[in-house]
Amino acid sequence: MDSNVPEHCPGTQSDDAGKASACAGCPNQTICASGDAKAVDPGLELVKQSLENVRHKILVLSGKGGVGKSTITALLSRSLAVNDQDTNVAVLDIDICGPSQPRVLGVLHEQVHQSGSGWSPVYVEDNLSVMSIGFLLGSPDDAVIWRGPKKNGMIRQFLSEVDWGNLDYLLIDTPPGTSDEHLSATTYLSNAGLTGAIIITTPQEVALLDVRKEIDFCRKVSVKVLGVIENMALFICPGCKTTTEIFPAKTGGTKQMCLDMEVPFLGSLPLDPKVARCCDEGKDVFTEFPDSPYIESLKNVTDKIIKICDTS
Amino acid sequence: MLDTVKHIILILSGKGGVGKSTVSTQLALTLQENGFKVGLLDIDLCGPSVPYLLNLEDKDVHQCPEGWVPVYTDSDKKLAVMSIGFLLNSRNSAVVWRGPKKTAMVKQFLTDVCWGEIDYLIIDTPPGTSDEHITVMENLKAVKCDGAVIVTSPQEVAIEDVRKEITFCKKTGIPIIGIIENLSGFVCPTCAECTNIFSTGGGKALAEITKVPFLGTLPIDPKFGLLLGKACVKELPDSESAKSFNNIVKEIIAKTTV
Repeated sequence: MDSNVPEHCPGTQSDDAGKASACAGCPNQTICASGDAKAVDPGLELVKQSLENVRHKILVLSGKGGVGKSTITALLSRSLAVNDQDTNVAVLDIDICGPSQPRVLGVLHEQVHQSGSGWSPVYVEDNLSVMSIGFLLGSPDDAVIWRGPKKNGMIRQFLSEVDWGNLDYLLIDTPPGTSDEHLSATTYLSNAGLTGAIIITTPQEVALLDVRKEIDFCRKVSVKVLGVIENMALFICPGCKTTTEIFPAKTGGTKQMCLDMEVPFLGSLPLDPKVARCCDEGKDVFTEFPDSPYIESLKNVTDKIIKICDTS
Repeated sequence: MLDTVKHIILILSGKGGVGKSTVSTQLALTLQENGFKVGLLDIDLCGPSVPYLLNLEDKDVHQCPEGWVPVYTDSDKKLAVMSIGFLLNSRNSAVVWRGPKKTAMVKQFLTDVCWGEIDYLIIDTPPGTSDEHITVMENLKAVKCDGAVIVTSPQEVAIEDVRKEITFCKKTGIPIIGIIENLSGFVCPTCAECTNIFSTGGGKALAEITKVPFLGTLPIDPKFGLLLGKACVKELPDSESAKSFNNIVKEIIAKTTV
């Protein structure tokens, strides 16, 4: 699909595809009219086969950007991997325009290799691997200026051609919004058995506003919401230990929103500059600051997620 | 429809949650305080924040023979606002659209809104370098776009995405007016110790590396998020944020009037 798609395109799945008056002159008219566009995407079956040996597939979502989706995805994956050496965990970064996983997991300049069984992901630990478009870019300045269909193709490739091996958890980090990447991921994964979605938010209303939309999105595409994690909840001054709400929860915050939207609340994570710096430098918080209260909150959230996954 | 608009400024950032919408609304309000007529267009279709930030959530857009009438924040009609938020029935409903549909909507926002005679049109964008951005850039080719203001927060993980946005501007020929570093340090209200929660100086360093002008830093200020439609330069005139914002706006005015 290109910018020369007619403005009133009835959609390729419509009964009028290729036959509506708006289709006249469209380069895809014959394809639509022949019914080929309606055929089932072969990618669905490929993804299903490729993810057969992945026990839990979890999407990490948030309508809002910058709330900590990538940070929490990385920390959760580390937490799951540290928890039990026999648990195999992987992270797939489908934020095509702004991939952050290579930095946060500390594998910034690694490269992805191709083998007979597909792309080999990059290993952070023996039982923690990651795949991101960041590994495929030549320079940190390279921008991926792609419209939706091209992003869709990339995501399909990530889901069907990465050789993960046997996995217990695959965490999928997404960009903000409710658009192409999210639709592609949910379409492919629903067919392959998606465990559900974890939603990340910060306490202020302007973030909750977008997060409610994301929960609505999950309902519209029938993805189970495993729960909501509140990030950047409180800031404790390292000087005088005063706690401040940096992002004031004017409307009752995340807990109230969870009650209103009838979704489980998984817990709060504080705002800790040390953790932020660790992630910026790609260091492992679990070895750098093992006694931090942040780790404790994170472990609680991890335990809850393991329990939810085991019972679903 | 944009020929009655004197200056167009894009607010961009590769990263989400760095304060694009907050900076956009405060920039519009500050320009209004300076006596200009301003329009604010929100093309973040999946997460429109401008109606909430300007306290306009219950307002509707009307049709007139010429097109859509934007929502005005005051009776003098000094600040006109357009966002998909005004067109949704419920504040919780998601806009689940793929690219082509978003493209059509953005195009309509750029061609069908009756802004009237205004001095500045500020365009607030979603994070990334994809459909919305490509569409805006393509449609602004015909009219004169003064340039883009890039918003970032100081930590590496944000800077990394913002570098990509700068590449986008360079590739597509949009001039960059400058970089603003937001969320730059938090001053504890009890002991006045400044903590750089998301580190500091990243925006300035980025400006130097990419040879783009640096416009200024804005600190983390919990009061800032509660302004809801009021200009920080008027409500909190003595705050660090207001002082910094006044300077930034002065510089933007100077850069766009030459």
